[in-house]
Amino acid sequence: MDGDKRLMKGAEAIAEAAIRAGCRHFFGYPITPQNEIPEYMSKRMPQVGGTYLQAESELASINMIFGGASTGARVLTSSSSPGLSLMAEGASYLVGAELPAVIVNIMRGGPGLGDIAPAQADWAMMTRGWGHGDKRYLVLCPSTVQEAVDLTGLAFDLAEKYRNPVVVLGDGLLGQMMEPVVFGPTREPPAAPGWAARGKPADRPRVIIRSLYLDPPDLERHVGKLFAKFAAMEQSEARAETWLCDDRPPVVVCAFGTVARIARTAIARLRADGVAVGLWRPITAWPFAAASLRAVADHATQLLCVEMNQGQLVDDVRAVIGDRAAVSFWGRSGGVVPTVEEIVAQLCALASRRGAACP
Amino acid sequence: MPLTLAFGRTAVLTDNHMHYCPGCTHGTAHRLVAEVIGEMGIADRTVGVSPVGCAVLAYNYIDVDFLEAAHGRAPAAATGLRRTLPPDRYVFAYQGDGDLASIGMAEIVHAANRGEKITIIFINNAIYGMTGGQMAPTTLPGMKTTTSPYGRETADSGHPIRVCELLDTLVAPVFIARGSLSSAKGIIKAKKLIRRAFELQHQGFTLVELLSTCPTGWGLSPADSLLWLDRNMAPFFDQKTFREPGAMPAHAAPYRPDLRVRDGDDGGAGDNEG
Repeated sequence: MDGDKRLMKGAEAIAEAAIRAGCRHFFGYPITPQNEIPEYMSKRMPQVGGTYLQAESELASINMIFGGASTGARVLTSSSSPGLSLMAEGASYLVGAELPAVIVNIMRGGPGLGDIAPAQADWAMMTRGWGHGDKRYLVLCPSTVQEAVDLTGLAFDLAEKYRNPVVVLGDGLLGQMMEPVVFGPTREPPAAPGWAARGKPADRPRVIIRSLYLDPPDLERHVGKLFAKFAAMEQSEARAETWLCDDRPPVVVCAFGTVARIARTAIARLRADGVAVGLWRPITAWPFAAASLRAVADHATQLLCVEMNQGQLVDDVRAVIGDRAAVSFWGRSGGVVPTVEEIVAQLCALASRRGAACP
Repeated sequence: MPLTLAFGRTAVLTDNHMHYCPGCTHGTAHRLVAEVIGEMGIADRTVGVSPVGCAVLAYNYIDVDFLEAAHGRAPAAATGLRRTLPPDRYVFAYQGDGDLASIGMAEIVHAANRGEKITIIFINNAIYGMTGGQMAPTTLPGMKTTTSPYGRETADSGHPIRVCELLDTLVAPVFIARGSLSSAKGIIKAKKLIRRAFELQHQGFTLVELLSTCPTGWGLSPADSLLWLDRNMAPFFDQKTFREPGAMPAHAAPYRPDLRVRDGDDGGAGDNEG
């Protein structure tokens, strides 16, 4: 039912949001901490006349969505960090062949097998290094279960608008936490677009979905076409939230996803004690909301990036801010989640460096 | 007396000039696939998947909608097509031996095991052709390639994989057969196998392996390549139909597809709520 409020686990809410966005084809391989997505899909897809298929690997699942996207179907796969490493090849092919698809990454600790606890260490992989060649992905970073629902719906729209894969980037906490969510209007699967490979009727030329351009000038033209799309995404799709910055605080925390939520509590606590701190939260990891961040640096002299990794978002912040403000980093990794107290302590250390009082 | 064209281009082949080397049998295999699609009248309902390898450009020649897969992933991409297209469509993937039997072994085994309703045309020429003649999973014992310059040493790099025999251990496939493109007789037979595979496709997984030549990779003339295939490959790779609908793996223990877990023993995992 549209507009109904339900208490749901993040992973299951993402799965339900995809179905309500008109996705009827899910291909995936089990990996913790996101198994609730394939499990939910295996139960729900048969109820809505859709397809759930357990692939033999993440290599297979990303290529199954490659095939499914080629027919114009709304397709989804989900995984967690090590699985995303395996999908990197297929992701690059999706960009090269200009296919829309949505990929959910519920991040866990790494490198290697790492652990199954929440982490944010795939920011750099998703924004820069996922797969070979010149390419970009739209990367959406929900901070709450409700936002995960909303951004999952948006992800399908953006994927189809630009004919490019879109990533929903969450972490193990977001996947596992339960929150009340409200779903938007239910949408039906779309009619097949003209570019889809479905068998060639007599009245149109045939379709060839490919990423091979053997003649270098041809490939350069193709890459140029892709980057024109990426420029349009940078123009229109960069999203960020600025919170408690109306009074132009001198200190602003930069954080995304679950960490932004913990930082919010820390900031609220300091605000209650009269310390002026704000929050800047990127909603799109790429395109990076540089203009919004620059506006923050108009008043902030100190930016503290807090992350569940060893410093990845901070590289993008430094690239935009340069020496306009002092940019520092603090984070936990390996699946350790920062506490409110730790973030408060970091912010107090910054304040005392400025000679400001901090309780 | 007027001249008539007795043997023309088949309708489902484009008139693009093929890029294959002289004596390579890809062109023959392409034509057979195109003839079968044309004779079945399914060109407007067929989507092909091309591999990584010399046949990546199969879409330049076989005149149907096409998809170009990553190396070895054609069965997964074909699965994505099959699971999203209307059931009356035909899906085939065309793969070489490195693509299917080396980097893509997991994808072909699992597509076959799921009984994906697709047809695989498997070209076995015992070598990596496009990359310049390296050892393939199907390279014969003692056969010299650019990466087995002293001849394939089975104690070191294993034995040639016989794909039809391997897939014939699975329950789900409905048609598995191997033919050869080394002679006119073999080509006529190969076309029948391809036709049979396409006709059975909507019942389940179908695969036709075609013993093929790579004169450039083998360092032989086109004519000598045909002789070499017959002398060396044919004895190793049995040419026969391994599987027809309803048959089970002959050498395997009897399998009872009717068996399921007993009532009450179905486990509780699927019943989890939230």
